[in-house]
Amino acid sequence: MTSPPASVRPKVTPLDLFLAFNQLALSGFGGVLPWAHRTLVEHKGWLTQREFVETLALGQLLPGPNIGNMAVIIGYRFAGLAGAAAAFAGLVGGPFLLMIAAGILYQHYGELPLVQRALHGMSAVAAGLVLATGLKMTSSLKRHWRPWMFTVLAFAGVGALRLPLLAVVGVLAPFAMLAAWRWKN
Amino acid sequence: MALEKLMDKVDLWALFLHFALLSLAAIGGIGSILPDLHRYVVEANHWLSAKQFADAYALGQAAPGPNMMFVTLLGWQLAGLPGAITTTAAIILPPIALTLWVTRLDASNPEAPLGRAVRSGLAPITVGLMLSSGWILMHSVDSDWRGTALTVLTVVLVLRTKLNLIWLIVAGAIAGIAGIV
Repeated sequence: MTSPPASVRPKVTPLDLFLAFNQLALSGFGGVLPWAHRTLVEHKGWLTQREFVETLALGQLLPGPNIGNMAVIIGYRFAGLAGAAAAFAGLVGGPFLLMIAAGILYQHYGELPLVQRALHGMSAVAAGLVLATGLKMTSSLKRHWRPWMFTVLAFAGVGALRLPLLAVVGVLAPFAMLAAWRWKN
Repeated sequence: MALEKLMDKVDLWALFLHFALLSLAAIGGIGSILPDLHRYVVEANHWLSAKQFADAYALGQAAPGPNMMFVTLLGWQLAGLPGAITTTAAIILPPIALTLWVTRLDASNPEAPLGRAVRSGLAPITVGLMLSSGWILMHSVDSDWRGTALTVLTVVLVLRTKLNLIWLIVAGAIAGIAGIV
């Protein structure tokens, strides 16, 4: 990864933020996070791999859409309140209009088999995008058994056993935070 | 039911308040409040049928943008444009205010041990949840080995190439229409 270190922060204006989040929201079929990762970490280099994961962690802890919270956090970090507003407006503006268009189209063409089949193929690809993003994010973890243990336990609980997310995070998070506090990794 | 008739029945203020309260419980995304949205809109008030609700959710998943935006579609079906604005604002504004407040606290003291422990402690769990989402999604959409093969092929292409992700989605749509998956 060629992202700059956290101390060398690129100059990013509210307009940059609006455009970047608008673009990643409108490309985000089946979920925005793979596109957010590609845009923010790989293309623009605004965040390092680790900053991306930590911002996402905070975004998941807070209520609301993860990516919405990330937009606010990232926008604020680069350009204050104006940046937060710009990033968020970019994120939801396009999809808002699109959902209304989808509502109108659905009333007319919702049952077409062609549409259903295309959506099915797109969903299979979308699942692959999410998995690949998760795998890329593992490169932000320290090479130590402790953080990996929490990743494996979270996956086993939510992914494999299908336990409720809130229960799994509620049990794991206190231990994970305690471990991070105690051993600084 | 005709939209005009339904509009008279939906109290936009009550709708706003209910969705705004729910928004603060939406930790980890829309999934955690989906059961209660369904209960409120379909079972308690009979504003939409279960099929209409499920279709709205599927469309929200398929369309680009945050999955949470499906509440826009829900609001549109309930009461047209005023409904869409009401549900969207109610779901996004309270969490945004909270996030902004936390961000300002964190930014004013980025090296605080508590904030640092929260961030670096939760990071591994976040990675595990991301992998879980992909895993669950794969099992819910891929009905046979061909779908799974397409998903696995996507993973390999994303990890090994710099292909624009949009082409992968387009290829998926074509594979679906051609009946390959």
